[in-house]
Amino acid sequence: MIRKIVCGLGAAGASLFAATAAFAQDATAAATAAATEAAATATEAATTAAFTPTAEMVNKGDVAWMLVASALVLLMSVPALALFYGGLVRAKNMLSVLMQVLTIVCVAALVWFAWGYSMAFTSTGTPFPKIVGGLDKAFLAGVDVTTFAATFSNSVYLPEYVFVIFQMTFACITPALIVGAFAERVKFTPLIIFTVLWLTFAYFPIAHMVWYWAGPDFLHAAPDDSGLLWGWGALDFAGGTVVHINAGIAGLIGCLVIGPRVGFKTESMPPHSLVMTMIGASLLWIGWFGFNAGSGLEANAFGALAFINTFVATAAAGVTWAVIEQIVHKKPSLLGAASGVVTGLVAITPAAGFAHPGTAIILGAVATVVCFFFVTTVKNKLKYDDSLDVFGIHAVGGIVGAIGTGFVANPAWGGQGWIDYTAPVAKAGEFDLYGQVMTQIWAVGTTVLWTGVVSTVLFLGLKYTIGLRPSVEAEREGLDITEHGERAYNM
Amino acid sequence: MKFIIAIIKPFKLDEVREALGAIGVAGMTVTEVKGFGRQKGQTEIYRGAEYSTNMLPKVKVEVAVSDDLADQVIETIQQIASTSSIGDGKIFVLDLASATRIRTGETGDTAL
Repeated sequence: MIRKIVCGLGAAGASLFAATAAFAQDATAAATAAATEAAATATEAATTAAFTPTAEMVNKGDVAWMLVASALVLLMSVPALALFYGGLVRAKNMLSVLMQVLTIVCVAALVWFAWGYSMAFTSTGTPFPKIVGGLDKAFLAGVDVTTFAATFSNSVYLPEYVFVIFQMTFACITPALIVGAFAERVKFTPLIIFTVLWLTFAYFPIAHMVWYWAGPDFLHAAPDDSGLLWGWGALDFAGGTVVHINAGIAGLIGCLVIGPRVGFKTESMPPHSLVMTMIGASLLWIGWFGFNAGSGLEANAFGALAFINTFVATAAAGVTWAVIEQIVHKKPSLLGAASGVVTGLVAITPAAGFAHPGTAIILGAVATVVCFFFVTTVKNKLKYDDSLDVFGIHAVGGIVGAIGTGFVANPAWGGQGWIDYTAPVAKAGEFDLYGQVMTQIWAVGTTVLWTGVVSTVLFLGLKYTIGLRPSVEAEREGLDITEHGERAYNM
Repeated sequence: MKFIIAIIKPFKLDEVREALGAIGVAGMTVTEVKGFGRQKGQTEIYRGAEYSTNMLPKVKVEVAVSDDLADQVIETIQQIASTSSIGDGKIFVLDLASATRIRTGETGDTAL
């Protein structure tokens, strides 16, 4: 539920009148003008005075925390995810994974600047404002140091750049997560083309549907100005659907379209460095505090709640995986514990700001049991080659977490319930456990279907045009040399 | 002269080196190697997928000694390198036709 509203001068008007937003440079004059215009024409919304955020509504504590949180989320991609994935592949493909993650982050950041932010977090200039935003803010048009983005509290705002930056880091890591599903067997150039297209047609619309809303000060005047899933009341605190289910399903489709690695099931393909994987997994955990505790958009008690839930759910998941392995395999492995940690992080993401730490622990443990089953049993039975378990951990863990959010948000079990932002000042609504869980399931289903269709079309399109796979010889030699002309290790 | 090749567990190397030094062996060559015997490697499990590693890391010790020292060397390596568990290794003994010290040109036992 990272939400957003964009305002600025034209802002008050923005949700009411399409044309306003963009150009105000003189904050004072423009704000006055916007307020005047809004007031003059808002007769139908007569009960609510036009609202214009001002610089006084920005809290430096929030700004400081959100900039730090943004940097922490970037840390999750490079170096954390790159090292986590890199350690899990064979030495001949180490460099290729590092390069894929690094480049995807760079490309995604530029795409976010160019049209991603506008597509995800505006609702004007689009024929389907519930599904995807328009291009009003493409290349960050109209975004400057005098514009603001809403938080979850009335009259509390962030500089719009802060919100753009924070959300940019999410757009960077999500496509990078996908590559683990078909690591060791994909050509670099088609992968980067896929990244641009997938962000455009899968990530931005889903982010818009789940997270876009007008903000607490605006929604009561324009209760329909929100994304589709937000409007349904789906809860996703930090990206269970947007990031993990989205990436996990895309990864599964990719690994099915591309096919298994040469030698899959006949050759041994153990990780080349579990030390790297440990370093990556640990850095993921640290970065995830920015991911989850930053998603409250404010430096307050809910940020702290998301932080502790991210801590304990993850700990529970790491312990659970080790215990399961002790029972099933008689030996707890480091990779198992690290996998448990990532599972816990994934599962608590949508619930981080809603659960009580006690139920967060249960959620982490339950998700681990399910993910362990998928990674060790379902994958082997169905024989798909999800190299680094992107589907088994991110999609499955994300689905358990997203549906589990409907349970752990229940105030009767210590959860935070839901807030009715259309009734100023925003206040808690009566929690309907069954209804909320059903809403979560609908949100999960919508995400799976949307990203599944988009990913299938994109992967098949690339496969039958420029091709996705290197030759068998190139794959045998390793992507480091054949795709990038250098080795990870010269010894 | 005998040429003795011993494949032992890596962590036993220091003990073997000390023991051989104590009975008068003047030099040895050590190589890190991989291989398998009756143990046939071992099974590793990564995230539920089993991998059988059929090559285990070992250390190969090569010693050239005079005939009268050979039995003592073999016995020493056998005793020191033994842990009584599977995978302790093997000792191979070859007849050594000649030996030459490069610096001085000495040959035979005096070259060892």
